[in-house]
Amino acid sequence: MSGGNTFLGMPAFPRNAAAAVQDSQLRFNLRKATHTIRGKRASVVAELPDWTELRAAGKEIKDHTLRNLERYLLQMEEAVTAAGGHVHWAADAEEANRIVADLVKATGETSVVKVKSMATQEIGLNEALQAEGITAYETDLAELIVQLGDDWPSHILVPAIHRNRSEIREIFHDKMADWGRAAPEGLTDEPRDLADAARLHLRERFLSTKVAVSGANFMIAETGTLVVLESEGNGRMCLTLPETLISVVGIEKLLPSWRDLEVFLQLLPRSSTGERMNPYTSTWTGAVEGQEFHLVLLDNGRTQVLADEVGRQALRCIRCSACLNVCPVYERAGGHAYGSVYPGPIGAILTPQLRGMGSALDASLPYASTLCGACFEACPVAIDIPEVLVHLRGKARHPRTERLGMRAAGWVFNRPARLARAQRLGGRLRRFVPERLPGPLSAWTDTRDIPDIPAESFRDWWNRTDGGAR
Amino acid sequence: MSGTAAERAPRAGVSASGRERILSRIRAAVAGAPDVEITRAYRTSSDPAGAVELFAERVADYRAVVHVVEAGEVAGAIAATLDRRAPARLVVPDGLPEEWARAVRSAVEARAADAGAEPGPGAAAIVRDEPVLSAAELDAADGVITGCALGIAETGTIVLDAGPGQGRRALTLVPDYHLCVVRADQIVAGVPEAVGRLDPARPLTWISGPSATSDIELNRVEGVHGPRTLEVVIVR
Ligand code: SF4
Repeated sequence: MSGGNTFLGMPAFPRNAAAAVQDSQLRFNLRKATHTIRGKRASVVAELPDWTELRAAGKEIKDHTLRNLERYLLQMEEAVTAAGGHVHWAADAEEANRIVADLVKATGETSVVKVKSMATQEIGLNEALQAEGITAYETDLAELIVQLGDDWPSHILVPAIHRNRSEIREIFHDKMADWGRAAPEGLTDEPRDLADAARLHLRERFLSTKVAVSGANFMIAETGTLVVLESEGNGRMCLTLPETLISVVGIEKLLPSWRDLEVFLQLLPRSSTGERMNPYTSTWTGAVEGQEFHLVLLDNGRTQVLADEVGRQALRCIRCSACLNVCPVYERAGGHAYGSVYPGPIGAILTPQLRGMGSALDASLPYASTLCGACFEACPVAIDIPEVLVHLRGKARHPRTERLGMRAAGWVFNRPARLARAQRLGGRLRRFVPERLPGPLSAWTDTRDIPDIPAESFRDWWNRTDGGAR
Repeated sequence: MSGTAAERAPRAGVSASGRERILSRIRAAVAGAPDVEITRAYRTSSDPAGAVELFAERVADYRAVVHVVEAGEVAGAIAATLDRRAPARLVVPDGLPEEWARAVRSAVEARAADAGAEPGPGAAAIVRDEPVLSAAELDAADGVITGCALGIAETGTIVLDAGPGQGRRALTLVPDYHLCVVRADQIVAGVPEAVGRLDPARPLTWISGPSATSDIELNRVEGVHGPRTLEVVIVR
C-alpha cells in the first residue's frame, strides 16, 4: 500500500467506477451483500415500534453534542483522566501518528494488534508506524484478508466483500506464512475452514502482543467511557489482553451522557448488520484491569466540516453503512471507486469535506450520486445526504452548466414534497430514461446500464408500508 | 508500570498545542449556531410480562444453546450440560453462587473419577483465576462458567460486568465454550432498562450469541475469536 491510506493520486470517481463496473465478481458480491443486509435491516427496524422516535433522538443528541463539542470534549478529558487514563489531542493525521508511534516506542515494543478502525485508516497509521519500525497487525477477518492481499477495503462493514472464497483461500495459503503462523495444510475454501485458519493465525498474536490500537464507536463525556461494537471477538482480544491500549477516536464520536447509549445501541446494530444486537459490545472507563490506557482525540478536518452549516450534519454519522447498502451507484461502482476509507453516499459527502476538494477525485465525489434519496431514508441519524451533495456540488469546481443543473436539483431537494413528486414522475417515465447518463456520470454508464429507477420510490414504499412494517 | 509511557509521551509538546488548536477551531466553527434540544419520545420502558420467554427465544435466534429451568433444577441442569460438553479444563470465577459451584465441582470430579486418571493435562479439572492466569494458561482452558449482570429480552443480550461469579473480561473470551447462568429476575425488557441499571465505571461486555463473522461471501460462521459455543441456562 505504498500510495498511503488516503488513496491520493487515484483517478477520479468516474474512471474508477468504470473499471469497477466491468469487474463482474465485485458487482456480483456487492449486489448480494447489499441486498442481503438491506433485507435484514428492514425487518429488524420494522420490529421496533419507536424507530422514528429513536432516529429523531439520535439526530438531536448528535446535533446537541456538536453544538457543545468543546464543553463535552473537556468533560471527556477530565473523566478519562480521573479514571486513570491519558488523553492526547491530535489536530491532524501527522500529529496523531506521531503520538501513537511515540506511545508504542515508549513501551519498547515493535508490534501492535489492531481492531478495525476507520479513523486509523483515515490517518494512515499502519504506514506511519511501519516507517518507525513498528508492525501493525490487523485482526478483523476482513481486514486481515485486505492486509494479506495488499489491498483496499471496499465496504465499511464487510471490507473484503470484493473477494470470493477461493481468492481468500489463495491469499491465506500464499501470504499467512509471511505474517506469522502459516495456513494449515489442505486448507479448503469453506468459510468455516477459512475462519478457523484466521482464528489459529491470530490467536498466537493476541496472546503475545503487548500493545493494541483501537478506534471506538462512541465515547461518553459524562463518564469517560469508550464503547466498541463488534462481531468476531478480535475487538475484545485487543481491548482486554494487551498491557497497553491506545484508542484513536474522532472528536465527533462523543455522546453527552451514559443514558444516550440506550438510543445508539438500538440504532447502530439494527442499521448496520441488520441484527437486534451485534455479538459483542465492550465498554470501559479509563484504565481497567491493570491496563494502561491512552485516548487520542482526532480532529483531522472534522472542525472544518463543523464550520459548514449544511455540511456539518455529516459529523452525525455513526458509520453503520446503511446508506451504502441502499445506494444504486455504490452497488454498481463498488467501494474502491470512492478513493477513500469512507465509501458510498457518506464517503461522497465526508471525504471532500475532510480533505477539501483540491483533487479531481475529491471534486468529483459529490457527483457520485443520482440523488435518489434512499440514503437519507435509511440513515439512522437522518443525515440529508442529497442536500449535502447538492451543497457541495455548488462549491466544487465543475463546469458552469453543471452548477446550474445542480441549482435546479437543489430546488427539488430542498423541498421533500417536490422530491417525492420528482421521484414519482421518474418512476412513471422510467422507460424513457436514456441509456447514458449526462454529465460526469456518463463515464461510468459507458459500460453499464444506468440504475433502474424503481417503479415505486423508497419514500413511497416507506410511507405505504409504514417503514416496511406492513 | 503506571504512568511511565505517559510521562515519556508527547503530552506537553505537540499535543498541548493540538488541544488548543482544536478547541479554538471548534469555538469558531459553532459560534452563533442554535442549540438543539433532545426529545426522548422513544420507549424508555416496556412491559416486562413474557420477558423470560422472549429472552430465551431471542438468545436462541443467535444460535446459542438455551435451557429454561425451574429454580430447583439449576444444579441438575449445570451438571447435565457439563457432562454433555465435557470440557477438560473449566474456568470457574470466584463468587459463583455456592449451589452452582457445588454442581460444577461434582460434575467435574465425577468425570475425573470415571476416567480413573491421575490429575494432569487433559484430565477434567477446575481452573481458578487465583493467582491470575496468564494468557497462555487461559488459552489452555477449554470452557468457562459464569453468571451475569443482567439479560435483555428484546435483543437476547447478556451483559457481564466483571462482578462476582463473572471474573475479568478475558475469562469469557479465550476459552472456546461459555456456559452462562441467568436468573429470571436479572432479565429486563429492553435496552433502556439495561443501560439504566448498569454501572459505567465497571468494564462491561454485552454478549449477543456466539462470536460470528459474515466476512466471507456473507456466510455466517460462528466462532472466530470468542467462544464458538455459547450455552445459556435461564433459571425461573
Ligand atoms: S451516513 Fe447515515 S446511513 Fe450512512 S453510514 Fe453514516 S449513519 Fe449510516
